[in-house]
Amino acid sequence: MEATLLGISPVIWIAGALAFYMAWGIGANDVANAMGTSVGSGSLTIYQAIIIAGVLEFAGAFLAGGHVTDTVRKGILDTSEFAANPELITYGMLAALASAATLLLGATRLGLPVSTTHSIVGAIVGFGAVSLGTDAVNWGKVAQIVASWLTSPLMGGTLAFGIFHLVQFTVLNRDDPMDAAKKAGPFFVFAVFFMIGLVTMFKGLKHVGLDLDFFGALRWAAGLALVAALISRFVLVRIRPQPLEEGQSRFRDVERVFAALVIMTASSVAFAHGSNDVANAIGPLAAVVNNVQGLDLAGKAPVAPWMLIVGGIGIVIGLATMGYRVIETIGKRITELTPSRAFAAELAAATTIVLASRMGIPVSTTHILVGSVLGVGLARGIGALDARVFGKILLSWVATLPISAGLSIFFYFFFKGLLSP
Amino acid sequence: MSLLGNLFGASPIRPMQRHMQAAVTCAREILPLFEDMVAGRTETFPEHRKNVDELEHQADEIKHEIRSKLPNRLFMAFERRDMLEILDNQDSIADRAQDIAELVDQRKMVVPEPLAEPLLDLVRKVIATCEHAGQVIQELDELVETGFSGREVERVEGLIKVLNNLETETDELAERVQRKLFEIEDSLGVGTVFWYELIGWVSRMADHAEKVGNRMRVLIAS
Repeated sequence: MEATLLGISPVIWIAGALAFYMAWGIGANDVANAMGTSVGSGSLTIYQAIIIAGVLEFAGAFLAGGHVTDTVRKGILDTSEFAANPELITYGMLAALASAATLLLGATRLGLPVSTTHSIVGAIVGFGAVSLGTDAVNWGKVAQIVASWLTSPLMGGTLAFGIFHLVQFTVLNRDDPMDAAKKAGPFFVFAVFFMIGLVTMFKGLKHVGLDLDFFGALRWAAGLALVAALISRFVLVRIRPQPLEEGQSRFRDVERVFAALVIMTASSVAFAHGSNDVANAIGPLAAVVNNVQGLDLAGKAPVAPWMLIVGGIGIVIGLATMGYRVIETIGKRITELTPSRAFAAELAAATTIVLASRMGIPVSTTHILVGSVLGVGLARGIGALDARVFGKILLSWVATLPISAGLSIFFYFFFKGLLSP
Repeated sequence: MSLLGNLFGASPIRPMQRHMQAAVTCAREILPLFEDMVAGRTETFPEHRKNVDELEHQADEIKHEIRSKLPNRLFMAFERRDMLEILDNQDSIADRAQDIAELVDQRKMVVPEPLAEPLLDLVRKVIATCEHAGQVIQELDELVETGFSGREVERVEGLIKVLNNLETETDELAERVQRKLFEIEDSLGVGTVFWYELIGWVSRMADHAEKVGNRMRVLIAS
């Protein structure tokens, strides 16, 4: 290592800056999709949404962001193929960050719906195929990831369909729906916290010094869920019915109960999103850092907590500088979504994303949310959805994968020419 | 722009409810007209006709707005066809009201004494039927809220049953007026034809109101 800046290799500075920019982009754009449903349904004000997103995106990134990061770092490419020339991984991961960042910037300008997850995966496959040949690409893993882009929105949709029917059965079809909502609410809260707690804690918190076996995680998750359910019970009983004005829906007060519950589902979506999407920025960075420091030849070094913190802070800054405006714009366009629908869709999406994160699969949060909202629509819970969006999702696949792969090949040769001795 | 922001289409439910309100208001305007026809105040006819025309025009504008915003690509909680069929019937209520006001004004029709009481009874019942259909349409947003299930569906089905009964009553009242009309047809001469036509239009407003309800049954079941 010839020249250093503050004792750190310039390569790490470049990778860190690009990763930070990626995280910033995720905070500025993607978080808005995660929080937009809550703001659009009128459950959260824009300020509440920013605070929840800021805290829980960071928590999700830091506490549960490791698994997907590992996949992005060394699951897509067979790292043993690089053992002879480890510097190729450095050039390639820099190229992946640069191409995903370029795509993000360009797409925002052009108004194209690209997925940061798809672009980073496409970029890694792109440089992997040209640097060491197609054999270096772990096609089985790639196929699993690409399949998940189809199955995860389907799972979100199916879950949302089921949860909405559960909401109908337990609340909306009752004689006194508002009372039923107050009674059912804490059970829903328990279920959500138990599920997310279990998935996160089961062997997932080693890096913060908490290594729980299955039964340990079960106990902790149940305890956490019980506390959350009791708090929600306390909050929900305080919502009192108010006199209806002419033309107002008889379900207005029920929706007020759900608006309180959406605070919880919005938090889970933010947590899930942080846990899955931080990897898009941090995975390549971790690969570069471990490589430069010579730690990762066997692919065993863990993702350092400081990297997850860099990613988490990047997301929060992106949210604070630009994301809030995007949330506002999206929120204004989806007022058709009432809190009970936002509840079902968000709960389904959060469950799907958290499970994918735990399995180390990078998925698109936005596509899953679209699938979940469609699930509620199939249960006849939403007046009208615009089917053109499904075409746009296909377009985003077609636009993102080849373009990011091509860009990353270009940047790979660029960095190779620039940095190779 | 973001996918999620573009996911939500413009739901036709609120505009449908506004359209029905305009159509029902149109129908209500017929009562003061018939009261003036009974009292022989022909000088007020143009004013009534103008009111009905304006209301019908408002309803038309909403109708065009709904139709232009109901493209095939919308994925809705109900069949597009059913919604358009309901819209047509709502619109016909306003159209009939307009036809009635026009004919009455042009021929300055003053109600013959024997027809007065049964005719006003019919008009009142027809308006009540239209208003009741309006109530059914007001339930559309609650139906979507519940995902077309449970008590809300039972409630709306109950409302539609009442609507069917109201329409049957208007048929009976219309027949009563017609019988009275034929009793005095010699004294009315060719005017009989116009009265017969007018009574038909009034009772057809209730027919359209009933069709709004019947089509709602199909919409709910779809």
